[in-house]
Amino acid sequence: MANTYTGPVPKPTPETKPYWDAAKQHQLRIQHCRDCGQHYFYPRPLCRHCLSRNVEWVNCSGRGRLHTFVINHRPPRNFPVQQPFVIGIVELAEGPRMLTNIVGVDADPKQLRCDMPVEVVFEDITDEITLPKFRPVQA
Amino acid sequence: MSAHDFKKLRGSVAIVGAAESDELGKLPHKSALQLHMEATRNALDDAGLKKSDVDAVFTSGRNMANDLPEYLGIRPRFVGGTQVGGCSFILHVEHAMAAINAGLCEVALITHGESGYSRIAMPAPRWGDDSTNNQFELPYGTTGPATGYGFLATRHMHEYGTTSEQLAEVAVATRKWAQLNPKAMMRDPLTIDDVLTSRLIAWPFHLLDCCLVTDAGGAVIVTSAERARDLPKQPVYVLGTGECATHQMVSQMPSFNKWEAAEVAGKRAFEMSGVKHADIDVAQFYDAFTIVPMLALEALGFCNAGESGAFVSGQRTAPGGDFPMNTNGGGLSYTHTGMYGIFTLIEAVRQLRGECGPRQVADARVAICHGTGGVWSASATLIASNEL
Repeated sequence: MANTYTGPVPKPTPETKPYWDAAKQHQLRIQHCRDCGQHYFYPRPLCRHCLSRNVEWVNCSGRGRLHTFVINHRPPRNFPVQQPFVIGIVELAEGPRMLTNIVGVDADPKQLRCDMPVEVVFEDITDEITLPKFRPVQA
Repeated sequence: MSAHDFKKLRGSVAIVGAAESDELGKLPHKSALQLHMEATRNALDDAGLKKSDVDAVFTSGRNMANDLPEYLGIRPRFVGGTQVGGCSFILHVEHAMAAINAGLCEVALITHGESGYSRIAMPAPRWGDDSTNNQFELPYGTTGPATGYGFLATRHMHEYGTTSEQLAEVAVATRKWAQLNPKAMMRDPLTIDDVLTSRLIAWPFHLLDCCLVTDAGGAVIVTSAERARDLPKQPVYVLGTGECATHQMVSQMPSFNKWEAAEVAGKRAFEMSGVKHADIDVAQFYDAFTIVPMLALEALGFCNAGESGAFVSGQRTAPGGDFPMNTNGGGLSYTHTGMYGIFTLIEAVRQLRGECGPRQVADARVAICHGTGGVWSASATLIASNEL
């Protein structure tokens, strides 16, 4: 698996490494500010809302809603998926939004709806890096 | 001058020269810097000024604020290199106004040159492996503006019932203006059906919802209103400006149903200018994609949230409509190098001078320019007039 993945592979930085370490364990972890009480994403050492240093890592429920989406019909060169695929902005139950792929559903606007419930799944792309993705919650 | 005194800037400077490069379009025989140089020469000629009059240079792009003085042989005593994407050049007018009013410079050159299509002597666009983009967006197959701009179109459709037909209205109206501009690249007739049946790039965008990718340069010259009155052409006075930036990655955009950076920029521009919406005669709204000028209409207060689809319907922004918008043919049909903002300024100047021939908006007195940078990341607004 290690050297066959052809898409962009994230290289963690010191402040993002805990997020990627958790993803590798198939856990979605984001940060929470003990002072202002808000969650935030992507990882930063100080709270992006109030600049407090009093922040902690917390496990997410992995649930959220598809806030909005596009269907990319022109995949990047060498991207592992070479047919239309869904890029979504998911609003996590904890509040922050993240960009991701919506999988487990046809890349058809009729099959997708803003605000539909989604849940996290994990795709191991290399030995080191796992990408959190989301799929519609089965009714 | 304290922060609440910004209204004193109204009318303090004017745009006195505006021009494109010698050619626009697909120019594999010209580098990005050459396009800068041609536009600078043409804008100075338009202003009736010489290179030696320029004491400030504003430009955008990696190292460009160093490249330009070298390539043009200018030694500016004020250097502006703010780079927030395509609207940077509209911000530069505000920054030039601030510098001129502070007495730090007198004649500002704002210049753009980009080999967006041919990529001659352009910086490599690649993000580093450990950039936030390569960690949190690119792994999911994003392709920059084509995917980033669509998120707001999808959400707008969901919340307000906006349709692909309404988006297409913008492309069709803009093409009608392009047919009146000999410099426009795309001048064939276009119908709403043509837009809807063009291939999908990133749903909800069809090919014809997307701007061109071209090679071109553009430049404007800004100086004090006092000095402007001694120059040969009609000064275009800057009445109001505003700017804002909120994010770099589109996933970090504060809202997906409205354009908050544009709201901030527009609010200050209108406050500074004292101009009412009904006073605006012509609008140049950056149209990287059809949805972008629509959300500008909402953010700047020309209609309420969610109403831009209805606003643009019935070819309201086309020649003969009651809201002339993107009268040069816009980024959709005239030219779009990658950073289109300078061209909104050039067309506003020409409209306010009455230089636009068959596409001239009758008795145009007040123009508004508005731009986006990045992926809805930054905004700049400028209101200008041929009278104070």
